[in-house]
This record gives sequence, structure tokens and C-alpha cells, in this order.
Amino acid sequence: MAALSGKFLVGVYDDDEVILHAIPKIRKEGVKIKEVYTPFPIHGLDHALGHPRTKIGIAAFLFGLTGCACALTLMIWTMGYDWPMIIGGKDFVSFPAFIPITFEATVLFTAFGMAFTFFISNGLKPDPYPQLFDKRATDNKFIMAIDLKKNKLSEEEIIRVLRDNGAEEVNLKQF
Amino acid sequence: MQVTSPVRFPLVTGSKTYADITEDICHHVESKPSREWKIAFGISLLVLAYGTYCLAWTWWEGLGVWGLNKTIGWAWDITNFVWWVGIGHAGTLISAILLLFRQKWRTSINRAAEAMTIFAVICAASFILMHMGRPWLAYWALPLPNAFGSLWVNFNSPLVWDVFAISTYFSVSLLFWYIGMIPDLATIRDRATNKVSRFFYGAFSLGWSGSAKTWARYEYVSLILAGLSTPLVLSVHTIVSMDFATSVIPGWHTTIFPPYFVAGAIFSGFAMVQNLMLITRVVYKLEDYITIDHIETMNKIITLTGSIVGIAYITEFFIAWYGGVEYESYAFINRMGGPYWWAYWAMMTCNVISPQLFWSRRLRRSVTFTFFISVVVNIGMWFERFVIIVTSLHRDYLPSSWTMFSPTMYDIGDYIFSFGLFFTLFLLFSKYLPVVNMAEVKGVLRSSSEKLPEKIGGVAKERQTVV
Repeated sequence: MAALSGKFLVGVYDDDEVILHAIPKIRKEGVKIKEVYTPFPIHGLDHALGHPRTKIGIAAFLFGLTGCACALTLMIWTMGYDWPMIIGGKDFVSFPAFIPITFEATVLFTAFGMAFTFFISNGLKPDPYPQLFDKRATDNKFIMAIDLKKNKLSEEEIIRVLRDNGAEEVNLKQF
Repeated sequence: MQVTSPVRFPLVTGSKTYADITEDICHHVESKPSREWKIAFGISLLVLAYGTYCLAWTWWEGLGVWGLNKTIGWAWDITNFVWWVGIGHAGTLISAILLLFRQKWRTSINRAAEAMTIFAVICAASFILMHMGRPWLAYWALPLPNAFGSLWVNFNSPLVWDVFAISTYFSVSLLFWYIGMIPDLATIRDRATNKVSRFFYGAFSLGWSGSAKTWARYEYVSLILAGLSTPLVLSVHTIVSMDFATSVIPGWHTTIFPPYFVAGAIFSGFAMVQNLMLITRVVYKLEDYITIDHIETMNKIITLTGSIVGIAYITEFFIAWYGGVEYESYAFINRMGGPYWWAYWAMMTCNVISPQLFWSRRLRRSVTFTFFISVVVNIGMWFERFVIIVTSLHRDYLPSSWTMFSPTMYDIGDYIFSFGLFFTLFLLFSKYLPVVNMAEVKGVLRSSSEKLPEKIGGVAKERQTVV
């Protein structure tokens, strides 16, 4: 993820229900919310913020398909063409016996492919000193970040809107 | 907001705020190791050291140091392997299957149960390496063309399926456990006061910020991983059971093995979760998170799976008679009344009778009794594997080959090794990582707390505006 820079207003909320209900009202007043940071997932939050639905499922499916194809190709090629052997009088390509490994490879590719897609798309990488708006976002507070550059409203105006909509604190953060 | 029926038991007692949860879990990670922990860790290391000595000698001298003979070629090694893999099923069951079933009570036990799964699978894998005798050639089990031409592994063999199943299960479980832990590692990072923990927890939390977008994807990833892990966990023990079921040994060659092994795995896994959680709960004072109701729910699963296992034993017996195959019925009559009758009846008593005691509400809500039964169940499940493996082998087709198995100190020592390894890893986990999934417990706090505090967002602080 691109490094943050500039001036931000940081609204601190005490209660997950308050912030969830505040978001539509704040957006209605014309304030553009950059992002909300919470200690646990709140259902409906991404929808309230207008984030598009994640497409990671499509990636997962494609990785699964790759795993499935790789396993089948390897087994059919080795057992059927590269070095065929008669085992228990069965066909060289005895498909039912290939099902377990095909399944395992599908799961393996999907899980790791999806996990790394998740890490990359969210910019998650070993970084001991990430840029955070408020450290309490991983403890008990719900943090709303507003990029002043991207908002037409004045700083005072935004502070008033946040305050009116249940923010406990409004801080200024500069990177 | 979600509404929870009043008949559901509260998952968190004691009127906690979000900050309380962070504090209750994190202070164990942040404080210096206690004396009890150091003693327990010291004992584990000693056990591990003795086990390592036995294992080193096993590898140096060869598998001849074990009590195996020409009739019984598999004994404690595979018994221990199946036992550990079975134990390793509960963690993923709790975190994956119970997630799909929306069982919220899993939130406070899933982290430790998954850790247990991973360590148990490591122990199981160590027996695979051990019974190979020449562990430096373990890569022969992988599909690599060998030096003499392109002879490949036999993909029709359940032993090769097992290589794929166990390694996939281990790596996917590890991934699931790690992804679930990232938010909690970030919590520890943001509370860290010294540079070392700031650096390490910071690095492993991958710069987690808790943004709404990340959480949405995180939940989606968790859901798909759970969906994948559910058939995976069932496939692993199915494939383990096929190591036996696809052979033509009477007593092994039965189609009931896959479901029966899976039920047995969940049964023993939950028993081990109970053992570990009952101790962790007292030592870490987690009674508000792991309540008697949690213990009771797990006991119900133990009774259910124990009953499935019991029915499987009886069905197997019935089919051995009804099938009319002489060898098959002899194998089963020999199990029950042959020279290994004591192992068979130990298995029957521990696995079939003991979990039925949990029909009594008073007993299944008793911590001491639960702990006792969990130990009994684990002993019983070890005997189950011993009975299946050794009693099926020890009467060969040729009566002149009939033998008994007696373990040597290296059979026992290698088993001790796995205990040393398991408890060393679990103690390290319980000290340096959060034992309860804080983010998930916070997520269910509002709907499932016994009594909500006045301000759920924590200690009220002075309002301040810095402009």
C-alpha cells in the first residue's frame, strides 16, 4: 500500500454500534472518509463505507483450478506415459486412485494462493513500524481517518460533523 | 445487529469491556515467565532430551532396536502416528467446521486448539520419519524422478496419498492459524514497550492496521479457508484409515474405516483440547472466557463422537460374523478373547463406556471429572490403534509365525520424545502467543456477554481535542 502522507483528521469512537450508524450520516454531510480501523470485524462496515465487494473468491477459484490441473497432469503423465507400470492389474491411468491427491493439491494451491493474494492486495508484509493513525485501533477504539487534502470542507467543519456524530476525540495526525 | 436467543449460554462472563479482553490475554504474553511455567518448561525439556537420546539411538542403530519382528512389522510407531494425527483433528474441526456452523463458542478455544493441532501433527510427522528408519531418504516419498531413470512414486498407493494429505493438512492448518493470529499479534505490537517484542510482533503482524477493507477480505479468506479445511480435515483421517483399509489383512480390510477413524479422531482430539484447556484456564485465570458451559459443550461432542466410535466397533464385529469370511471373524474373535484381550477391553472400557457417563449433567459440568475422562479417552484411543495394528498382525496366516509384540525402551523412548516435543511447543505457544483469539472474542462480546458494561469501549478517558 502506498505510504500515507499529509494531514489527517482522526475520529476516535468508543462503540462499534455508534460508529456504524455514524458513517452514513457523516458521508451524507459531504465528508469523505478515507478508512475506518477497528479491533475486530464489524459486519456491514465495508458496505456502509461503500467499499466494493472483494473479488478474492475469484482468485481462490483460479488457484484451485491450477492445483487441480497440476496434480492431474503430473499423475496422468508419470503413471500413464512416462513410466507406466502395472499395479494391482489396474489401468495405467486409474482415475479413482488419483482423486485424493487431486483434492489435496487443489486445497493446497487454493489456500496458499488466496492467502498470498490477500497479503499482497492489502499490502501486508513484514513491517515492524507501520504507519498507524491510532494505536488503540487494535485494542478497544474505533478509528475513522479523514484525508484533509481530499475533502472540500474545512477542518473545523469536519471536526464539528464528527463530534455531532458521536466521536469521543478528534485528533490531527500528520505523516 | 445480531440477536442471540436467551437460551444460549453466555460466552463471556464478568462484564468485560473490549479493553479488558486485551488486558486479560496480553498481560500473559507481556509479563515475565512465571515460576510454574519455568518448572513445567524445564520438565518438558528434560523429557524431550531423553526422547531425543532414544530417537538418536534409533536412527544411529536402525529400527532393530524396536521390538518389531518378522510378523509384526508395524507397532508403536504407527500406533503413535495415528494417535497424534487423530488428536490433531480437533483444532481444525473447532475453527473450520464450527465456523461454518456459526458456533460462536468456538471463539475462545479455537486458537489453543489450532496450536494443539499443529503441534500434534508435528509429532505425528516425526513418527513417519522415525518408521522410515533412514530419515535422510524421506524425500523418496515425494514425486521426484530418481537417479536411475524416471521411476516415479506410486500414485495408486495410500501411503503416497498420506504424504500429500498430511503435508497439505499441516501447511494449511499452519496458514489458517497464522492468518487468524495476525490481528492479535498487531494488538501485542501496539502495546509493546520494549524494542525486541515491538520488532518481532511487529514483523509477524505484517503491518496490520485493522482497516475495514482488510477486515472484509480477512473474513472472506477465513470463510473460504474454513470451507476448504472442512473437507480437508475429513480427508486426512480418511486417507490415514486407507493405509489399513486398502490392504488385505483381516481386521484392516474394512470399508467402515474412514468414518470410524474420523469420528475417533474428533473424539480423541476434543479430549486432548479438554486436557490442555482445563490446565490453561486455571493457570491463566481464563474462567470468564472458557466457562463451564464451554466445557460442557465439548463434553457433549465427546459423548457424540464416542458413541459413533462405539457403534463402529460393534458394526465391525457384526460384519465380521455376518460377512462369513473365516479369517475376518477369527481376527475379531482373537481381538476380544485372544492374548491381547486386555488391550481390547481397555479400548472398549475407555472409549465406549466412559464417555457415556457424560449423560449425567453433574458429571459433564465437573472440571475434575472432565479432566479424568479426557485422560481416559486418550488412553483408550491409543489402545484402539494398538488393537487395530498389532492384534491384526500378530496372528499370521501361518501358525508357526504367530508372535507377540513387546516394546523395548526405544519404542517407549520414542513415544516419550513426542510428548516432550508436544509440551515444549505448547508451553512456548502459551507463553509467547495470545492463547485466546482476542479479535474474535471481541466480535461476539456484544451479542454473547453475560452482562455488558456501561461503556463497552473501555475505560472512559478525558475528552480532548488536539487541533
